[in-house]
Amino acid sequence: MVDLIYQLFPYAIAFTIPLLITSLGGLFSERSGVINIGLEGLMLMGMFVGAYVISSIESTYPGTAVWIGLLAAAFFGALFALLHAFACVTLNANQVISGIAINMIASAITVYLARFFTGSGNLQIIRGMPRITIPFLSDIPVLGRLFFTQTYATTWLILLVLVLATFLLYKTRFGLRLRACGEHPHAADSAGVNVYLMRYMAVMISGACAGLGGATFIVTLSGEFNGTAAGLGFLALAALIFGQWKPWGILGATFFFGFASTVANVSQVIPVLAQIPGIYLKTFPYVITLLALILSSKSSQAPKAIGEPYDKGKR
Amino acid sequence: MELIVEMNNIRKSFPGVVACDDITFKVRKGEIHALLGENGAGKSTLMNILFGLYQQDQGDILLRGKKVNIANPNVANNLGIGMVHQHFKLVHNFTVTENIILGIEPIRALMVDTRSASARIEDLSERYGLNVDPEAKIEDVSVGMQQRVEILKMLYRDAEILIFDEPTAVLTPQEVQDLIKIMHNLIEEGKTIILITHKLREIMAVADRCTVIRWGKVVGTVNVSDTSEEKLAEMMVGRKVLFDLNKIEAHPAEEILKIENLSVRNSNGMLGLKNFSLGVRCGEIVGLAGVDGNGQTELVETIIGLRKPENGRIFLKGQDISSLSTRKRIETGMAHIPEDRHKHGLILDYTVQENLILKNYYFEPFSRNGLIDWDYVYAHAEKVINDFDVRSGQGVEASARSLSGGNQQKAIVGREIDGNPNLLVAVQPTRGLDVGAIEYIHQRLLEQRDQGKAVFMISLELDEILDLSDRIAVIYNGELVGVVNASETNENEIGLMMAGGKRGAVA
Repeated sequence: MVDLIYQLFPYAIAFTIPLLITSLGGLFSERSGVINIGLEGLMLMGMFVGAYVISSIESTYPGTAVWIGLLAAAFFGALFALLHAFACVTLNANQVISGIAINMIASAITVYLARFFTGSGNLQIIRGMPRITIPFLSDIPVLGRLFFTQTYATTWLILLVLVLATFLLYKTRFGLRLRACGEHPHAADSAGVNVYLMRYMAVMISGACAGLGGATFIVTLSGEFNGTAAGLGFLALAALIFGQWKPWGILGATFFFGFASTVANVSQVIPVLAQIPGIYLKTFPYVITLLALILSSKSSQAPKAIGEPYDKGKR
Repeated sequence: MELIVEMNNIRKSFPGVVACDDITFKVRKGEIHALLGENGAGKSTLMNILFGLYQQDQGDILLRGKKVNIANPNVANNLGIGMVHQHFKLVHNFTVTENIILGIEPIRALMVDTRSASARIEDLSERYGLNVDPEAKIEDVSVGMQQRVEILKMLYRDAEILIFDEPTAVLTPQEVQDLIKIMHNLIEEGKTIILITHKLREIMAVADRCTVIRWGKVVGTVNVSDTSEEKLAEMMVGRKVLFDLNKIEAHPAEEILKIENLSVRNSNGMLGLKNFSLGVRCGEIVGLAGVDGNGQTELVETIIGLRKPENGRIFLKGQDISSLSTRKRIETGMAHIPEDRHKHGLILDYTVQENLILKNYYFEPFSRNGLIDWDYVYAHAEKVINDFDVRSGQGVEASARSLSGGNQQKAIVGREIDGNPNLLVAVQPTRGLDVGAIEYIHQRLLEQRDQGKAVFMISLELDEILDLSDRIAVIYNGELVGVVNASETNENEIGLMMAGGKRGAVA
């Protein structure tokens, strides 16, 4: 049993990380008052850009290609999110509809481009992110084996982003203003904060994070772009709500999803779990999410002004 | 004395209405200058121009003798103008400090320096007697303290000209006294205050001078010491105002509403109303007096059917309605003027005519064969807004949001009385209204009574209770303290009962 956990852990963490960064992206957007149901599409965009960039340059720059791919994915994610920001902030569009449109455009455009470039619609990368074992730290009993062996550099990068995001949201001027925009935009406006600008920045940050999440998934777990984000973006959105719009809550929620999904994925090859019908294991995290959402709905910490286009004149 | 603000020949129009028509308004340094007018007279618009929320179509503004162009609230802030809005602009889950520093946060080592800001807020709070805890969260503090946070926001930005928009509308009588003290402190420290209000008593209590506006035009500016409440009211409304209602004797008939041993839990799960019994008869007005939060909300919501009682029963016309739906209760002849006109009274983004049929859209003649007859609805709405003097720029097609508070309230009163109910439950029917509208609504309530209908009025305004009621019930801590005849009591006795003192204990 202990061995099993040791075996599962690196996979669970690897699965958690893309969800975590995407969910953090959603956090920025929603804390500023813009619902971002387009995380799935933004993630898919990141997957495509990451896979395309890496597959085209990895023969020339074998070592740095993955990092350039990740950077490009974040950049194009932010660019693509600009569309969502324009619709929601400038045009006062319904944020849910705009998010759905983002998802549909993303899956159409990425598959089209992938076919255009390769003919098959699949983009494979040969060299993913290498797994590394951290010296010294991996020698710590139990924890060393769980957290510091067979890890990806992206894992540590994204955990650093988590710490930075927490600092940014709760300790800096930018964070205070951003949260004010999501709770009471009129208060922010009357205090001289440019609500439109804050929301634009927040949505673009969410695009960059989701793009990075998609590309991280490509370079660690999947190794190829095949035209779908398989619901990861929606899972990240669920984790955002489950985590009550708080960075560390999101970490807990995404790890829970990551671990549960990993267990479900490998259940067939593990004798103890193989006895349980796969359908139960696969639906387990979602059922728990539904239950958790129902139970926590009364004390929901959702930003107050979420989903409302900001209208200066409204009394 | 030197003038600090001069607004010359200001004109501002909105679609369908001229809000300010050639208004000239001058404020001296160091005075409390009241701006008096009925709802929709244009006083808020004028102040929003001064604060930079709107731009005037014509006219100019001089500050300390210099011409200025106030393009937005930031410019106003930099010029030393601050405003406490009627609806506070505070983030509920931020601390007091975070709310105050928002937009001009002091920074130390990349981080917002809340510690030094808190210290400064503490200082200001002490200096002006505001008694605010900088670390408290907004959602945990009283409305009165929230208002003091808004005042601190202005002081923190070094504002010299402080605009208060209807500051007492949301306060309890005790909090009003505190606010008046604070205003005097501010003046002593050299600030100038512009007070937007329609409450004459407060003007008499605090203001030095008063400018009266009616229908977008200035009626005049007077020294408060040379005038009286009656004169100001006349200037504001344009005719003599009846301060004494011509109230004929009541002829109460049979009991229509009977509340029997009612106990109700509040939102926190505690008993908010305990073993409460009361009867209301046809042809009388029963007033329920009490300090806010002593069980009034629970009582009203249970009568209306929005809350389930824990114990006890409610009878309307002898029929047990305790478990009927709200719609059934309305059909039995009950009407309700809700406490919060925005939350429970109107759908703000619906038009006036749509709001006027919220309770009867589903039966003939408002709808036929499941379809709404809009021609009828239009005609009905026209009739109601004429009967009840609801003024709106675009008639019945205007959205409820575009109406001023007083006109919104009149529309609700119109809707509720128009159905000719046997029992009218009126909660704070004149909250935040000017004397003209108050007088009007009071007359309509008395009319109901004189036509043999029952009125159950819940109000926090003691004057209103004493003026209108035939019998007065007093509630304290969820319990009925007692019921007295209005003709046999006085402000003192009711005041003591409101604090929980039983009748007879009064010396």
